[in-house]
Amino acid sequence: MTAHAAAATTDHHYTATGLPSWKVGFWTFIASECLFFGTLISTYMVYKRSSVQGPFPHEILNIPLTSVSTFVLLMSSLAMVLALDGVTRGSRRLSILWLSVVIVFGSIFLGFQAYEFIHFVGEGLTIQRNIFGSSFFVLTGFHGAHVTGGVIWMVTLLILAIRGKLPPERALAVEIAGLYWHFVDIVWIVIFTLIYLIQ
Amino acid sequence: MAEASPRYGPPPPRGKKEHEEPAHASVGFYWMIGIILAIMTGMEVAIFYIPALAGALVPLLLVLSAGKFLLVVMFFMHLRFDSKVFTALFLAGLSLAIFMVSWLIVLYYYLPLFTV
Repeated sequence: MTAHAAAATTDHHYTATGLPSWKVGFWTFIASECLFFGTLISTYMVYKRSSVQGPFPHEILNIPLTSVSTFVLLMSSLAMVLALDGVTRGSRRLSILWLSVVIVFGSIFLGFQAYEFIHFVGEGLTIQRNIFGSSFFVLTGFHGAHVTGGVIWMVTLLILAIRGKLPPERALAVEIAGLYWHFVDIVWIVIFTLIYLIQ
Repeated sequence: MAEASPRYGPPPPRGKKEHEEPAHASVGFYWMIGIILAIMTGMEVAIFYIPALAGALVPLLLVLSAGKFLLVVMFFMHLRFDSKVFTALFLAGLSLAIFMVSWLIVLYYYLPLFTV
């Protein structure tokens, strides 16, 4: 990479407020995502008791299993801030370690979700079975898709870190990836409480 | 919060106001927040299984969930240390979402109970 290209990759644009435009744009995106998940959550809340045939939420939702996956996702958020701290300090070893932990924990969460979906389909709950199934699979499926996107993003950052292309000057890229990851985490905090615990 | 991470990123262009990077918390502080989050999740699950708390289940779970939400947003997403512009952007989207969810539930769940 030429010196010019290297400079271009680390050049952040600033808004009139003096804030990085990437970060302002990404917080705006997160605000719009609040509305996106808000519609899905409200649809679930409105229709969860409208199913005329089972399985119903209290018959099928597995609290112990989901508690473990919630714990795993929360700990992945902790690993994410530690990864950002590693990049900020210029520690390649810490960056690689904690980004790997985020990827592993994110993948474990997705594994739990895949197991849960397969189990539900085995119990007769499909997206077409009843309105609970439709709203549940759409909501948790979209969340899972966001986690999948986050894992792919983290893999790209890990590759950059391994190649030594994630210096402290590029910490903003990791911080923005972290904002996405934490947002996915807080959405799950809401889903876990409203869908799984308050039935 | 003893040791703060160094600032990062190149300076803004000439003539632009420099964005002061937030003084992020220490590694030990992040670990403490992570442990608190894990304990709060454990409390949520415990409350769910304690029959004596069934009457207060919903408010207790909502308070714990809101607490976890705030901890992640304030410290892991750095809104506690960062520019208030980001807080305003996030609160704009979040308050619109809460308003929308509340009204959709009132319109499509509670109002039909009274009109039928």
